[in-house]
Amino acid sequence: MATLARLQARSRFLENQYYFRNSVVDAFRKKENCAAVKIQSWFRGCQVRAYIRHLHRIAIIIQKWWRGYLSRKHYQLKVEVAYYTMKMELYNAMAVRIQRRWRAYKVRKYCFNYFYYKQYLRAVSEANETVREILQEYAEIQESEEKKAELEREEKQRAEEARKMHYLLSTKQIPGIYNSPFRKEPDPWELRLQRAKPLVPQRRRVQQKQCAGLADWLACTSARSFPRSGSLPPINRKPCQGPFRNINEVLEQRYKPLEPTLRVAQPIDELTPARQEFQGQEWVRNISDKMFLPFSSHHKKEKYMPSLFSSSKYDPISCRKQGFRSENPGKWICDKDFQTVFPSVDLFSKYGKSYSRAGQIV
Amino acid sequence: MSQRQVLQGLEEYRKARLQFVQRVAEQATRPQNLETLQSAGVISLLRPLLLDVVPTIQQTAALALGRLANYSDDLAEAVVKGDILPQLVYSLAEQNRFYKKAAAFVLRAVGKHSPQRAQAIVDCGALDALVICLEDFDPGVKEAAAWALGCTSRHNAELSQAVVDAGAVPLLVLCIQEPEIALKRIAALALSDISKHSPELAQTVVDAGAIAHLAQMILNPDAKLKHQVLSALGQIAKHSVDLAEMVVEAEIFPVVLTCLKDKDEYVKKSACTLIREIAKHTPELSQLVVNAGGVASVTDCIGSCRGNTRLPGIMMLGYVAAHSENLAMAVIISKGVPQLSVCLSEEPEDHVKAAAAWALGQIGRHTSEHARAVTHTLPVLLSLYMSTESSEDLQMKCKKAIKGILPKCTYLPALEPFLYGAPPNILKHVLGQFSKVLPHDSKARRLFVTSGGLKKVQEIQADPGSLLQEYINSINNCYPEEVVRVLPKEFEVERRRKRLLFFLTAHGTHLSFMSNPQCLPLLRSREATEAQ
Repeated sequence: MATLARLQARSRFLENQYYFRNSVVDAFRKKENCAAVKIQSWFRGCQVRAYIRHLHRIAIIIQKWWRGYLSRKHYQLKVEVAYYTMKMELYNAMAVRIQRRWRAYKVRKYCFNYFYYKQYLRAVSEANETVREILQEYAEIQESEEKKAELEREEKQRAEEARKMHYLLSTKQIPGIYNSPFRKEPDPWELRLQRAKPLVPQRRRVQQKQCAGLADWLACTSARSFPRSGSLPPINRKPCQGPFRNINEVLEQRYKPLEPTLRVAQPIDELTPARQEFQGQEWVRNISDKMFLPFSSHHKKEKYMPSLFSSSKYDPISCRKQGFRSENPGKWICDKDFQTVFPSVDLFSKYGKSYSRAGQIV
Repeated sequence: MSQRQVLQGLEEYRKARLQFVQRVAEQATRPQNLETLQSAGVISLLRPLLLDVVPTIQQTAALALGRLANYSDDLAEAVVKGDILPQLVYSLAEQNRFYKKAAAFVLRAVGKHSPQRAQAIVDCGALDALVICLEDFDPGVKEAAAWALGCTSRHNAELSQAVVDAGAVPLLVLCIQEPEIALKRIAALALSDISKHSPELAQTVVDAGAIAHLAQMILNPDAKLKHQVLSALGQIAKHSVDLAEMVVEAEIFPVVLTCLKDKDEYVKKSACTLIREIAKHTPELSQLVVNAGGVASVTDCIGSCRGNTRLPGIMMLGYVAAHSENLAMAVIISKGVPQLSVCLSEEPEDHVKAAAAWALGQIGRHTSEHARAVTHTLPVLLSLYMSTESSEDLQMKCKKAIKGILPKCTYLPALEPFLYGAPPNILKHVLGQFSKVLPHDSKARRLFVTSGGLKKVQEIQADPGSLLQEYINSINNCYPEEVVRVLPKEFEVERRRKRLLFFLTAHGTHLSFMSNPQCLPLLRSREATEAQ
């Protein structure tokens, strides 16, 4: 109880002290709290940082291993590739070497033979040489032939000239102009003139006149050679203006068969072909080609010798011709011989056309 | 008595007509009279005389018309317009040989001028009549008819086809076999005119058996006939390989070469043309020509003549060389190159030079050996290319030849002059050759420096990244760096700039052009002119 009393006695003091103490505590509470928070934050910060640092270190270790693993793997691959390419390059180089040799061998063996090529070129040049030689020879031959021809021509011309100038030849009495007495030797022309044959004066051929005469014109207009005028159809087949005949009529007229007169229809040398034909017939009918001679007249086989008096080398025809023809050949119209024909009686062929039986004009 | 008087009147009229026609025909021989004659309407006066009763007058009228039409296209047109052709054609079948000759002469004179006139002849049905004339007995008539047919078919393929359709070819082939030289000549000419247009027409001529007869006549002594025959064969051979082979099979080969030695220029030319037409088709045919010694004789032929006659020979060498390297080598050993270079430098005409340049290009483009054979012509080619007087075609051909030869040329001393005078487009190829050869040839490298080539290369200004710059770099890489650096590059550049400045101010150009990239070609052109 005493304690209680003591306590009660002291309760006032205690109360004051309690209050005082609490107030003191209250006065420092905030500051202390702040300090505690600060201390705690610092500590916790340190703790977290330490932890993160720890984590980092762990992560780096993991990454290091992982990355090492990866790059080791990659490097291996790279090395493999490099090795492979190196190997392939080497192989390729070797293959090229082999191919080079082989191809060279093959080309030399089969495609391009150097010696053959050389030989070919040599052959070509030889061929060229021979061709050149041959052509040269050919050209020379041509040239010499031409020269020869030229010389011959000149010689001929000179000979011709010599023949023309033959009258300049010297005679026994008079020396010619090429044989001057003051010269030691005669001119070469003199010798040439001696050799040359004198030119015979040629008979002048009379040219027929270019311009055809009336007779020719009439001959041309005859139906035998040329169509008459107006026989050509007009170029554009329009009927012509004017009093012209129908074209068919004209054409009919133009292509009318030939109606020769009695005289023209009959050949003038009728006898000759008839005789020839008769002879031919006789020859065909013959059994033997040998001439038949009777046995009794064997001695008559020898050739008939005409009498010297009755025969002449001048045949009668030429003899007679001379008589008919003018002596002066300049007046001849044509070179042919005259044909001996009886003159026709022109009057009779016109019977029925220009005159009647009674002699009247139609 | 009265009959005689009548006849005398007729006779006088006839004489007057004859005199008129003869006079006109005589006057028509002189060109100065023709205008007057035409304006006087002589054609309409001559037309009725074609129908005259007297054959002499008909013939002379035809002759006069032919001479008129022969002179010019206008007169020929007037003859066509005057409706004379049908008349001629009508009487061509009926009259005597003199008239036929004269009528064929008129047709020829009309048809030779232009395709339209020839078409007029075809239209009036003259071809059939002419073909009938080819069957005539008289060689003169045949000749005139063949000539008229040839003149008609000369112009184009349709007209030739018309002549062929009229059945002229077999008769022309028969005409070739006639003994008369003139007829042979004209028939060969007509065949050549027919066959020149198309392979089909040539085939028709070949089918008629012309080649054998033509080939027989190559040795004929008559020069004109030879010319016509060779040109006919050439015209046949030019179309296709088959036709060329058929011509070759007629065994023309050693024989044709004799024609190259002929005196006549035309014979030479046509023989060269024939060989060219054969050689151009295939390597085999060229080989055949080479084996027959054709190249050597053509080379000699080129040497023996001048001017245009050379042209086919030059082209023949080019064609042969173009086929393969062996053939090109055959041309080289046949001494073709000296002749070609002579042609290139001596010929006055540009087209012959162009052909020679082309042929040289064909020879030199195969291998380095070939190029070595033609290197001595490169400066001539370059000068022709650079010359302003040469024609465009010649420049083109020269350029192509140079571009063909340079990539094969490994003989550097010949290339070095090109560094100094060549334009950039050729310089590129030259430097390319140097850059290819120098890395492998130490002696050439040394020579290149001592001759000053390397220095010149340093002076060349090339756009960075261009092909030219690449070549320059690869040339520089062949040498140690010091050698390249010692060369006075910088100095040269400075000098150039000064020169450009002077150039620009002299021409009154503003200085700001200096920085303009457009001044670069100016500089080049200036340099190029200076270099000349």
